[in-house]
Amino acid sequence: MSSNSTSLKELFLNGIIKENTIFKLALSLCPSIAVTNNLKNGIFMGLAVLFVQTMVNITISLMRKAIQPKVRLPIFMLVISGWVTITQMMMAAFVPDVYAKVGLYIALIVAFASILARAEMFASKNSIMPSMADGLGMGVGFLFALTAISFFRELVGKGTLTLPTGLATQHVFTFVNTKPLLIMVLPAGGFLAVGILMAAFNWLDTKYLKKGAHASH
Amino acid sequence: MAEIKKEHELIVAVSPHIRSEETTSRIMWSVNISLLPAVVMGAYFFGPKAVFIIALSIISAILSEYVYQKALNKKVGINDGSAFLTGLLLGLNLPSSVPFYIPVIGSFVAVIITKQLFGGLGYNVFNPALIGRAFLLISFPKLMTIWTKPEAAFVKFDATTTATPLGILKEEGLAKLIEVFGDKMNLYMELLKGHRAGSIGETSAIALIIGAAFLLYRGYITWHIPVSFLGTAALMAWIFGAKGALFAGDPIIHLLSGGMLLGAFFMATDYVTCPSVKKGQILFGIGCGFLTMLIRLKGGFPEGVMFAILIMNCFSPLIDRGFKAKVFGALKETKAKEIKK
Repeated sequence: MSSNSTSLKELFLNGIIKENTIFKLALSLCPSIAVTNNLKNGIFMGLAVLFVQTMVNITISLMRKAIQPKVRLPIFMLVISGWVTITQMMMAAFVPDVYAKVGLYIALIVAFASILARAEMFASKNSIMPSMADGLGMGVGFLFALTAISFFRELVGKGTLTLPTGLATQHVFTFVNTKPLLIMVLPAGGFLAVGILMAAFNWLDTKYLKKGAHASH
Repeated sequence: MAEIKKEHELIVAVSPHIRSEETTSRIMWSVNISLLPAVVMGAYFFGPKAVFIIALSIISAILSEYVYQKALNKKVGINDGSAFLTGLLLGLNLPSSVPFYIPVIGSFVAVIITKQLFGGLGYNVFNPALIGRAFLLISFPKLMTIWTKPEAAFVKFDATTTATPLGILKEEGLAKLIEVFGDKMNLYMELLKGHRAGSIGETSAIALIIGAAFLLYRGYITWHIPVSFLGTAALMAWIFGAKGALFAGDPIIHLLSGGMLLGAFFMATDYVTCPSVKKGQILFGIGCGFLTMLIRLKGGFPEGVMFAILIMNCFSPLIDRGFKAKVFGALKETKAKEIKK
């Protein structure tokens, strides 16, 4: 098993940097463009995915010996949709204003390629601790990406930042007397923002992290 | 000359070859020169502010190109005039009332995002200056549509704002437009001279026609795109231009107002983003003219030249493929059969 050779920390970091769902694998781009014109929405969407990814990985890992290989995909889907439903209900109860905006995309988490892929490729083959580390890593990677994108888009596109508590900052560009770039909060700007941040992420990765990895080998 | 030296390194098809003095930079600088009348008229009508906007736009375009090429250790090609042309066209497409940061952002988007990220000069899918302007129009819808009234701008410092002829035509109709300009003949004359609200370089039809005539004379552009573009637009304006009646529209107003001439002669004909086959260029021009009038008459914006050209830019590769030039000496299948008989 691969879990013996790689430490939990490495598994956790794998999802954040090496296989970041959005910046490296370019998966789940639909919510990353649709809900990220507001920092608060982006963070809650990321948290929802983090929760679902971790819980699915744990559940599948616990059940892995009981699942018949022939029917594994339907079972994965059942587990995922179960956790997504729980997330949906929790969000509707605790953060109804966010749920009103991102509810549709929360339901879409069921169809996220990254979640099914981790269940199939990792959690169904590994024990509970590595699976949890992997799920947390992937989820935190996604949360990080969505936070970065929504931070960038809201700041540039509206000049404000809506914190998860609901507090919105004042227009930050007023001191230089300029207007924000409205296009960034529109869908076209979503693609631009993802592209720019993806490029920046990969540039930083090759510049700092890959070099370190070479030195340690 | 560096260009001739380079020629030896190229692997080309069999002879005969035509030797030409033309280089990319020579053509680019010629286009820049041909836009000079438009710059002069823009400066005359909109004052020093217009010159400042154009200069800022050019400088930031060149700077963007320089910084990008330096940062990526590429050969710096700011002397070829293409960044200068992008900045110039963008500046001419802006209203003179915009704040200073707008041309800077526009040039950045035009040169870096639209041109350099796609691989540099010759690889861009869209016209850089137009993408820059579209980006600005979507980002700053209010600032980009404040039109200064052109009147002895060197004397008066308090600029008054007004609507463009197309804006009046869209909101209040033809009768109002004629009322604003006095009579119909006066309206045509003012449009021809460029004494109207609009982007800095688009207003003066005469200046643009002089520049275009220079380019046509030198053979840097051919008649195909401008004629089919303007012809289709005029036809559409004539047929559908009037409300309630067919074949009663006024094509001259539509041809002389907005960015129609600037677009048809200087931007739709951009070598990189228009089809290279002549027949394809006619189709390209027809598409541009059709979409422009569709947006002007039925769309939400009063002006559609920019979006029309950008939409047709996407089709350029497809059009080129459809009208591929015949290989010299090759015969069509049917003809070949006839000869065999």
